[in-house]
Amino acid sequence: MNELLASTVSRAEVEDLFYLEADLLDSWRLDDWLELLTDDAAYYVPPNDKPDADARYTLFTIADDIVRLRERVIRLKDPNCHAEYPLSRTRRMIGNVRITGVDGDVISAAANFIIHRYRHNDLDRVFVGHYRYNLKRQGGRLKIAERRAILDAQQLGLLGSVSFIL
Amino acid sequence: MNYQPSGHDFVVENPDAKTFFVNREVFVSDDVFEREKRTIFDRCWVYVGHASEIKNPGDFKTRPVAGRPIIFCRDREGTVRALINCCRHRGALVCREREGNARQFYCMYHGWTYHPDGRLKSVPGEDAYGEAFDKSEMGLVPVPRLEAYRDFYFANFDREAVDLDSYLGKAKDYIDLVIDQSPSGKMQIISGTQEYDIRANWKLLVENSVDDYHLISTHSTWLNYMRNSGVNVTPPKGELLPTRGFGRDLGNGHLTTDNPNYRGRPVAKWISVYGEDAKADIDALRNELVERLGSARAARVADTNRNLAIFPNLVINDGSSVTVRHFYPVAPDRMHVTAWALGPVEETEAQRARRLHAFLTFYGPGGFATPDDVAALEAAQLGFAAWREVPWSDLSRGMAKAGDQQLATDEGHLRVFWRKWNELMETRA
Repeated sequence: MNELLASTVSRAEVEDLFYLEADLLDSWRLDDWLELLTDDAAYYVPPNDKPDADARYTLFTIADDIVRLRERVIRLKDPNCHAEYPLSRTRRMIGNVRITGVDGDVISAAANFIIHRYRHNDLDRVFVGHYRYNLKRQGGRLKIAERRAILDAQQLGLLGSVSFIL
Repeated sequence: MNYQPSGHDFVVENPDAKTFFVNREVFVSDDVFEREKRTIFDRCWVYVGHASEIKNPGDFKTRPVAGRPIIFCRDREGTVRALINCCRHRGALVCREREGNARQFYCMYHGWTYHPDGRLKSVPGEDAYGEAFDKSEMGLVPVPRLEAYRDFYFANFDREAVDLDSYLGKAKDYIDLVIDQSPSGKMQIISGTQEYDIRANWKLLVENSVDDYHLISTHSTWLNYMRNSGVNVTPPKGELLPTRGFGRDLGNGHLTTDNPNYRGRPVAKWISVYGEDAKADIDALRNELVERLGSARAARVADTNRNLAIFPNLVINDGSSVTVRHFYPVAPDRMHVTAWALGPVEETEAQRARRLHAFLTFYGPGGFATPDDVAALEAAQLGFAAWREVPWSDLSRGMAKAGDQQLATDEGHLRVFWRKWNELMETRA
């Protein structure tokens, strides 16, 4: 397994991808961010009472296929996306990056996150949790096939809307 | 002519001038907030939960209801209970988990244990109490009244309140319409809870939940998404919305919108968002409705949608999907919202996935619409800081029309809520 991992991907390469992603999201360069995703990518934020659930049977906070994810970006770029106008300022700290497995062409990886979000007229809200990723190598580049942001908060209510991309 | 009223009344209705105003003090005042807790939330039927959330004996959920910590559970005999989660001895919560299945509730402070039906089971060192100590009197206290309509359980903290059936009145017809989606007449709360606090007064969410006037301005990005997905959402000339719907007064402060559907319905109106693959399945669901209910009722179920507000704080939105949400104020300018998805128990995996997908496109803290509602309500609450200088909210839309012609984009149904609210606040002050 370790040999297979080493020959497929290095942690440094995964870290580079995650740090680039964090920068693109914090900079609201959402079209560039979409370029990091595969054409069948999915993005999930499960409910905090069922963090391991499947979005086909459980009501999530967010469960986007690539079609809706692209639409989400269209929405977020629109000044009529009132929840994000003016845009939130976010700053993410990504840590504890680990490659957790390789299955065929799918590389799984995990990371912790702390995202501070500042919004017009609002307090600092801190989103703490961990990511689980499925990555694939396409055309030599490591791409995101699935990203799941799992929040640690016992009470999600205090976080308000999740109108930016976690 | 003075269009706006003067004076300090909370609600000012002028039938001659066709105006209706609400004093914004009601959104900011600590005094009003305290009075609401006693005169509204402690006297009205408030939603506790759905029977499907506690299917098996011993199943429980803990949640606040009207500000009290409640255990909503099914006892070993199968009876649904709503017990106040507070030890009779010294008051600690006897259940600190969010959900589960319990053989007993155990107070971690001094070890008193209770049966799932609330009876006191055991007290460590019981011999230290006098002869008058009677375990049968010392069980967990149930909510004063607990009644259900078609698996929706409500509590009332006023023993003298009218029964739930009378309280719901005509609102039951609309609950029935929602439930008629299920061939067996059984709906279930789907797993997964959405929570989002809003920094705004709770009454704004009642208004917002049924107010179709805001759709075009607040939710243009959702409409764009629908348009991009091939759904026709362009209003006909002279109309504000793609279809002409109505606002209805259901009595007792309950109200609903009643709209011809354009946004698709998992049961059973296909839109392009669902994909071509789903067409045959939606047709089959529609045929089942027609066979079971006849074509007129089937069309009522499948071709109309409704945002139903049960006074004071339960909303069932039967729109792009079905959401059950309730909310409770934690301060004049803050509420806690909890929302679930509701669906027929017999849905297939594909149907359930379609329902949840449709839900998330519009509703919830990560949806394409709810976050903008939250932003609108919070913007209003921030504006209310100037309530002394700009005191009146205008809810006069449609006043000049007859009651049965109130459109969902008018405010006749919002006035239904406010009249009831005002009546309770005035008579029980």
